[in-house]
Amino acid sequence: MTERSTAVSRVWLRPRAGLHAAGPAWRLASLAIALGVLAPAAALLWLALDADFSHWLHLARHVLPQAALNTALLLTGVGALVLVIGTGCAWLVTTCDFPGRRVLHWALLLPLAMPTYIVAFAYLDLLHPIGPVQGAIRWLLGYDSPRQFRLPDLRSMGGAVFVLGVVLYPYVYMTARAMFMTQPAHLMEAARSLGESRWGAFRRVALPLARPALAVGLSLALLETLNDIGASEFLGVNTLTVAVYTTWITRSDLAGAAQIACAMLFVVVALVLLERHGRRHQRYGSAQRMRAVQPRRLHGATAWGATALATLPVLIGFVAPALYLLWETFKRLQQGHGLSQGLIASLGNTLALALGVTVMAVVAGLIVAWTTRSAGSTRNRARWQARAATLGYAVPGTVLAIGLLSPALAVDAGLASLLGLAGLPLMSLGVVLAVACTIRFLAMPVGGIEAGLSRIPPALEQASRLLGETAQGTLRRVHLPLLRPAIAASALLVFVDAMKELPATLLLRPANFDTLATWLYAEAARGTYEEGAIAALGIVVAGLLPVVLLARSQLHTPVAPDTPALP
Amino acid sequence: MTAALHIEDLRLAYDGARGLHVVVDGFNLHLEAGRIGCLLGPSGCGKTTVLRAIAGFEPARAGRIRLGEVLLSSPDVHLPPERRRVGMMFQEYALFPHLNAAQNVGFGLRHLQRAARSARVAEMLALVGLADARARYPHELSGGQQQRIALARALAPSPALLLLDEPFSNLDGRTRERLTVEVRDILRRAGQTAMLVTHNEAEAQTMADHVGVMHDGRLTRWSEPLGH
Repeated sequence: MTERSTAVSRVWLRPRAGLHAAGPAWRLASLAIALGVLAPAAALLWLALDADFSHWLHLARHVLPQAALNTALLLTGVGALVLVIGTGCAWLVTTCDFPGRRVLHWALLLPLAMPTYIVAFAYLDLLHPIGPVQGAIRWLLGYDSPRQFRLPDLRSMGGAVFVLGVVLYPYVYMTARAMFMTQPAHLMEAARSLGESRWGAFRRVALPLARPALAVGLSLALLETLNDIGASEFLGVNTLTVAVYTTWITRSDLAGAAQIACAMLFVVVALVLLERHGRRHQRYGSAQRMRAVQPRRLHGATAWGATALATLPVLIGFVAPALYLLWETFKRLQQGHGLSQGLIASLGNTLALALGVTVMAVVAGLIVAWTTRSAGSTRNRARWQARAATLGYAVPGTVLAIGLLSPALAVDAGLASLLGLAGLPLMSLGVVLAVACTIRFLAMPVGGIEAGLSRIPPALEQASRLLGETAQGTLRRVHLPLLRPAIAASALLVFVDAMKELPATLLLRPANFDTLATWLYAEAARGTYEEGAIAALGIVVAGLLPVVLLARSQLHTPVAPDTPALP
Repeated sequence: MTAALHIEDLRLAYDGARGLHVVVDGFNLHLEAGRIGCLLGPSGCGKTTVLRAIAGFEPARAGRIRLGEVLLSSPDVHLPPERRRVGMMFQEYALFPHLNAAQNVGFGLRHLQRAARSARVAEMLALVGLADARARYPHELSGGQQQRIALARALAPSPALLLLDEPFSNLDGRTRERLTVEVRDILRRAGQTAMLVTHNEAEAQTMADHVGVMHDGRLTRWSEPLGH
């Protein structure tokens, strides 16, 4: 019976020739979006190759080696740290039962709400030689001068690895936990019955099975590391990202910036390949549903040790910096300073930018996802477009900005002469910035809406068509109402990410245009620490929303968790 | 309203990994207006593909499909599904989950004025015996009720032909027997031309005036059922 009915539904699911749900206009729009996403990379290559060779030699000799080495060290360090913290915590909360486990299950995701630059900003002050933490340690040890005792300086490679590691581990935690939870228990039991210890079974069975999931989480964390500009710069680590920024901003050398950005693209491609590889095998690994591993109850000191161990990342990655921001905000408001005009304007700018990006990304995502779904026999081409359209998440903000700069300037100049305007209309209205953010965050609505569409049975579309409704009418009357939750969730993710965005915003914002993130950046760069905490708090509060959403969705579907949201 | 179905020399195929894969070839069928026909056969024999082609989801590679005087499909003609006046009952009901029973039944009646539409919806709900379920959503209905709403929805725009794709296979035995008879009587009363696809021989015998047995993409028998 079931065999028969699946056979029948498979026939109905075949590409629907004759439906032509997405007409030529849709397909053209989808193609344009895909090409738009690829345009910055093409422009980068062109810019980089167009510059003369001596230019390249100069960069290769004086700028690239140090920046590339720093980036490699940072990626290695952060990679190792997120793997250890993420895998360790995921293993603890899925296989052991200890006090606080239920809370930690979702609390371990909280650092996702902390942009890297905010954590760096907070820890610079918290761990300052005359700051609260070092002061407390000296008081405990009975010293009275920073000269007698001080922690290693946070402004270092080690400091950057620490800061990025404690906020980026949730990517690994998330994918590893999903994998451990779906791993069939009998595999572990088989290993134990063959004479392996608990640790041996973990090392020889659970870990290799989880490797694809770890690769996915690791690549996402490293893409974020590569994207980061604030933390590295505050902590004085000159990475490739920072080099792109300074080459363009302080030396106005677009060709040079493009060449460094091209070098970064190679790293990006490697990381994306790692991620895709992981995802292919992950699908295979979690295909079977069987009895999952039951957590083992821990007792006494071991139990409390586990609690302490799993709480530490939450404390360091979220609670401490959040409390710091709250305290600083409280102090500032206590002193009777109102919010400055500049900060209020930045908040307005941030919300306007995030709203615009959300609308653009959701509309573009809907076009791409709908065209892919109804592509019929041209399915492969449409799939290719969908994949191209979602590549933006992997491209670091600075790279994207440099790549977008020259096509945007060309369009702007053309537009200005066409309309008889002076200056650069798109650039100064922030349209270029909004486009850059849309490209970067497009993967979330495309993925979310595609997943939503895949849950709508094709029979609904067919029923609607047979009841006399056209393809567009079916989209409006059947699919859009059913997609509302998927659209709302991806809109929230885009909105919050656009609010947090720093690197592309720094490069592409119009003159005298600040968002909360650039406001914070400017204060941290000046070392003034006035209203930075308030701006940061605003971003973190907004950032908590999608984390709550994520935590809830994972709590309610413990057996078959969705693919984790992209960063 | 209701019309006769003619299929001549129909060939259906889809683009597989290794070129064109022919599923149905040299398929002929004539169903008079007001009659109920049934395609019977094992899974994979191509019966559902024929139904898809009649509905307009599958192009005709050769031959033609006519409904009354209207040419629906030929290698050069492909009328879009929404203009074929073909209704369908799906195996998995395919009720719109965001609309209640009355809104589902009224989905295909947008061309009517509001008053005429709600009169037609009421008439259809009464026809399937679910007049008091109008405000309920699909998830609040039993499987048998859902399928009856699906029938009301399909019949509401007065289609020239009704297609039924394994319409009772998701129901339990007793509901299935009862509903088979009910649906047959409703279709007979309305004089509705209908085409059923099933793998269940008893269902075919109960429902249909003509039963066709399909094998390897061809109709091997097209007959009056026993006892008629």
